[in-house]
Amino acid sequence: MTDAVSIRQDILSKKTTATRVAERFLSRLAAIDPKVRAFLSVNKDAALAAAKKVDEKIARGEKTGLLAGIPVAVKDNLCTTDAPTTCGSKILENYRAPYDATVVRRLREEDAVIVGKTNLDEFAMGSSTENSAFFTSRNPWNLQCVPGGSSGGSAAAVAAGMAPIALGSDTGGSIRQPAALTGTVGFKPTYGRVSRYGLVAYGSSLDQVGPFGRSVRDAALVTQAISGHDPMDSTSVDQPVPDFQQLERDVKGLRLGVPKEYFGAGLDPEIRASVESAIAALTAKGAVRVDVSLPMTEFGIAAYYIVAPCEASSNLARYDGAHYGHRSKEYGDVIEMMSKSRKEGFGPEVTRRIILGTFALSSGYYEAYYNRALKVRRRIKQDFDKAFESCDVIVGPTSPTPAFPVGAKAGDPLSMYLCDVYTVATNLAGLPGISIPCGLTSAGLPIGLQLQGRVLDDLGVLKAARCFERELSLSLPWPSLT
Amino acid sequence: MAIDRKTVEKVAKLARLQLTPEELDRYGGQLGAILDYIAKLEKLDVSGLEPLAQAVDTHNVFRADEPRPCLSRDAALQNAPEKAGDFFIVPKIIE
Repeated sequence: MTDAVSIRQDILSKKTTATRVAERFLSRLAAIDPKVRAFLSVNKDAALAAAKKVDEKIARGEKTGLLAGIPVAVKDNLCTTDAPTTCGSKILENYRAPYDATVVRRLREEDAVIVGKTNLDEFAMGSSTENSAFFTSRNPWNLQCVPGGSSGGSAAAVAAGMAPIALGSDTGGSIRQPAALTGTVGFKPTYGRVSRYGLVAYGSSLDQVGPFGRSVRDAALVTQAISGHDPMDSTSVDQPVPDFQQLERDVKGLRLGVPKEYFGAGLDPEIRASVESAIAALTAKGAVRVDVSLPMTEFGIAAYYIVAPCEASSNLARYDGAHYGHRSKEYGDVIEMMSKSRKEGFGPEVTRRIILGTFALSSGYYEAYYNRALKVRRRIKQDFDKAFESCDVIVGPTSPTPAFPVGAKAGDPLSMYLCDVYTVATNLAGLPGISIPCGLTSAGLPIGLQLQGRVLDDLGVLKAARCFERELSLSLPWPSLT
Repeated sequence: MAIDRKTVEKVAKLARLQLTPEELDRYGGQLGAILDYIAKLEKLDVSGLEPLAQAVDTHNVFRADEPRPCLSRDAALQNAPEKAGDFFIVPKIIE
């Protein structure tokens, strides 16, 4: 198995064909996915047809796109016209999107080969895929463990070599946390860098689409393909897209901000040691360690679990049983039709967040909860602004723990929420953030290192991540799939 | 602080979720536990701070008010649970 950049080179230099590559990944997928369960749907015919088109283009000597012939897995909350888009929810079980998400359109325009749609926590709410209405995906490194979430299917697909790259979405850590737990690279670009058109909305001021890959180079390649202004998303940033493939920079002078709050209680000691030694390895090569403080870190989860559910309660009001999605079999008036359809269609975590958000926005509680959370969000952003006065990127662990066993946190919503302690603030402040592999625990589970950068400094974050990747020269084995 | 059944019932009604009494109590208990955790925000002095709804600068986006191609009726109706001709069918709303 190879990385996306090499696959593309091999196809363009006619060492192989897009069809052969697609067949190879599809056959690995068929062999492995019954164990990992990363995919909600696989579209073999569409994938082979897309690959054939790439081969024909090459045979005719035509110009091909950035992702020519590269198999891609797509999270199932991104709209695709040629496959279901379920969001891991019963309420959209039979939904067929009438349009492609902008990122999906861009994948097609760049000649990618979409192999299937990946599992997720229902409506991207969760950190394990256990909230999927259909099944729980497994971590390829230990099949008893979760792959993280919510983009757990995409992470597992890449980790297990069923697709070299994948798309996910990140509202509070949903790309970076599963990347950390599966030993993959997961990048959340700056809010607005990538169009959200056709990404099923969860928390609209926080949601961002981004890539998974097995190298920083692959993540950068996908970011190049999907970034840019989109008239269909008025929050997409109208700024030129830099050349994300110019990734090499000197480690010398790279200022690494290390917040003491990221290394406090609750952090697994092996993760702490691994991240600390990665930082030391870079400083030994000339990077500058800068101790910074992010005093709002301990308030991030609390602010996030007001802001995100409030936005969710509004966004998910559209599932009314009238226009699309599940409608209850029996009902009297229209209110009952909606209330029963929604009750039957949404799982417990989604219901919980709708209730929480509706409560926090309701008359008498708005000031105390929603407005206060938005003021704390301002403080969180100010924290980052101050820290970035003295450093280029902020370095720390991605997740406080490695992958945990299926069921370990299922009964306690709050303990699941705390998985995102290092990742939610990135979204609240709109920053780019990446998780890269940093080592393995003694139990053989991957450890993720997170880098966060300034708004719109996506390239700076990718370059810094590439420095870590290069200097650590970490070569993780393929997961054992047992 | 568990949230009482009446409050959860009111919120569930606002959110159009038909919940059983057991579910109201269960979600009320869980909502209370989450709000207890969120209460830590009260420790912070937020006076003088402007609420931040969007972290990256956003601005109004205008375009000419002219008809453009859009989703066809058939495409818009393709997922309708019940439809007739060009319409979504729902229970009668006005007596």
